[in-house]
Amino acid sequence: MKRLVILGAGTGGTMMAKHLSKELDRKLWNITIVDDKKEHYYQPGFLFLPFDQYKPEDIVKPISKFIPKGVEFINQAAKKIQPEDKSILLSDGSSISYDILIVATGSDIDPGETEGMHGSEWDKSIFTFYNFEGAKALRDKLKTWEGGKLVVHITEMPIKCPVAPLEFAFLADSFFKDKGMRDKVDITYVTPLSGAFTKPKCTEALNYLLSEKNIMIETDFAIESVDNENKTINDYGGKSVPFDLLVTVPTNKGSQVIELSGLGDELNFIPTDKGTLQSKNYPDIFVIGDATNVPTSKAGSVVHFEAEILTENIISYIKGQKLEQEFDGHSNCFIETGNGKALLIDFNYDHEPVTGTFPIAGIGPLRLLKESRFNHWGKLAFKWVYWNMLLKARPIPFVSAKMNEAGKDYN
Amino acid sequence: MDKMIAGKTISVTEEGFLTEFGQWDKSIAEAIAAENNISLSPRHWEVLNYIQSEYKKETPLSIRKIGKSGVVDIKEFYSLFPMAPLKTATKIAGIPKPVSCI
Ligand SMILES: Cc1cc2nc3c(=O)[nH]c(=O)nc-3n(C[C@H](O)[C@H](O)[C@H](O)COP(=O)(O)OP(=O)(O)OC[C@H]3O[C@@H](n4cnc5c(N)ncnc54)[C@H](O)[C@@H]3O)c2cc1C
Repeated sequence: MKRLVILGAGTGGTMMAKHLSKELDRKLWNITIVDDKKEHYYQPGFLFLPFDQYKPEDIVKPISKFIPKGVEFINQAAKKIQPEDKSILLSDGSSISYDILIVATGSDIDPGETEGMHGSEWDKSIFTFYNFEGAKALRDKLKTWEGGKLVVHITEMPIKCPVAPLEFAFLADSFFKDKGMRDKVDITYVTPLSGAFTKPKCTEALNYLLSEKNIMIETDFAIESVDNENKTINDYGGKSVPFDLLVTVPTNKGSQVIELSGLGDELNFIPTDKGTLQSKNYPDIFVIGDATNVPTSKAGSVVHFEAEILTENIISYIKGQKLEQEFDGHSNCFIETGNGKALLIDFNYDHEPVTGTFPIAGIGPLRLLKESRFNHWGKLAFKWVYWNMLLKARPIPFVSAKMNEAGKDYN
Repeated sequence: MDKMIAGKTISVTEEGFLTEFGQWDKSIAEAIAAENNISLSPRHWEVLNYIQSEYKKETPLSIRKIGKSGVVDIKEFYSLFPMAPLKTATKIAGIPKPVSCI
């Protein structure tokens, strides 16, 4: 028997387990999946939890519920990957060996990377919604907060779902309007980038949203430290922004096991071939999702597209054939803009987000780069799609792994 | 589009990044630096040389990466190239704008 090990049972690991349990010859291959957690989180829901739009039970389910039959689940942390002897050291001291390894350990926040961020004001006036505990604590804070300077902040790129902080600012605007206290709140959006959106095309098309919602913006802000006493964030260039409530996205890093195994870059992301998703250093290690260093968004939709490509490539690899399938960086995401509306963007390694229709050329029904209620329903429907289709690796009608270039306006 | 820099016609993007590194030379660097109110000292050149050599090795550049390079720390990087140091330094070095923006 040969063994394929999947490290991480989040979005990507679970999808790969499902795909491969159907595709691999189970008389020859054992499939094992390793994760130290017992819960699977629907991370896009972390955006809605602080505003009490989703309840915790909407976004947490047991990991084991999504592990396909016949796949072995080991509920332990991987301590070290040892590529030279094709084995993984586990937290109980035992080790398992593999013939093929898929790393799907995602990325996580590390507030300790910024001086003063994880200090005395953490969980008092400094919050994050980038994990479950943080989003819940922020919900409780917002219930009683009486207003003041709200600063929504990105520490450094890359972060997963790069539009989520901006969506947070938009939703905060609606939230305080609904509570009848918008006049008591100043919202400032602070970003290390040169514009509100990560892609210049989006910034051009969408900057009106900020002025419409009266959100101030501070760009090119590279944070050096958080001053807990005076409640300011300070940047290397000498700029300083005061806050009463700081909602920050701390530095995102790959899993610590990647660092301990010497497999990552300076942020613990694994150098990965952006087309085939094979690790650059070890042919028997493949990487999917947030754990890679490929130059596209760290998002669930990307993971979904990657999973289809990676499944084909692993089958080719087993047969000793060339890895034919090439990922094009396809990403799409809904952007909540508040007031029950949302936008949709679609892009890949080569094309910036464009206007047009999606998923069917000329018909839609979703409009790209335009606000609509329909897109907002699309975003909410994504939760159902995630639990019921994505994790079970069911294809989504009309949406292909590679970006469809028809029906889009490039100029 | 084309732009006259240091008396030569140079092909640049809308934001002013060179599109052909082959057209770059030290006089171009000095002219772009001057547009950004920077006059290049030997210390600037150490950083620019480092950035160019990383670019040739195809390593993606980020502020964090440069801060950890041992060549310059982030504080000094900011004092050498104020405001948006990575953007300014790569523009002066004649290489494309880093794609940290995804
Ligand atoms: C606030 C927020 C909003 C988002 N919104 C969207 C959105 O609207 N649309 C979208 O497409 N995406 C969104 N995303 C991004 C999306 O959730 C992630 O990109 C996706 O879940 C990544 O999947 P993954 O499999 O790479 O990692 P994950 O799903 O994070 O899974 C990683 C798994 O690895 C496990 N693991 C890590 N280290 C170890 C170890 N050493 N040993 C064992 N197990 C380990 C972890 O426990 C975890 O279960 C959002 C994310 C956040 C935080």
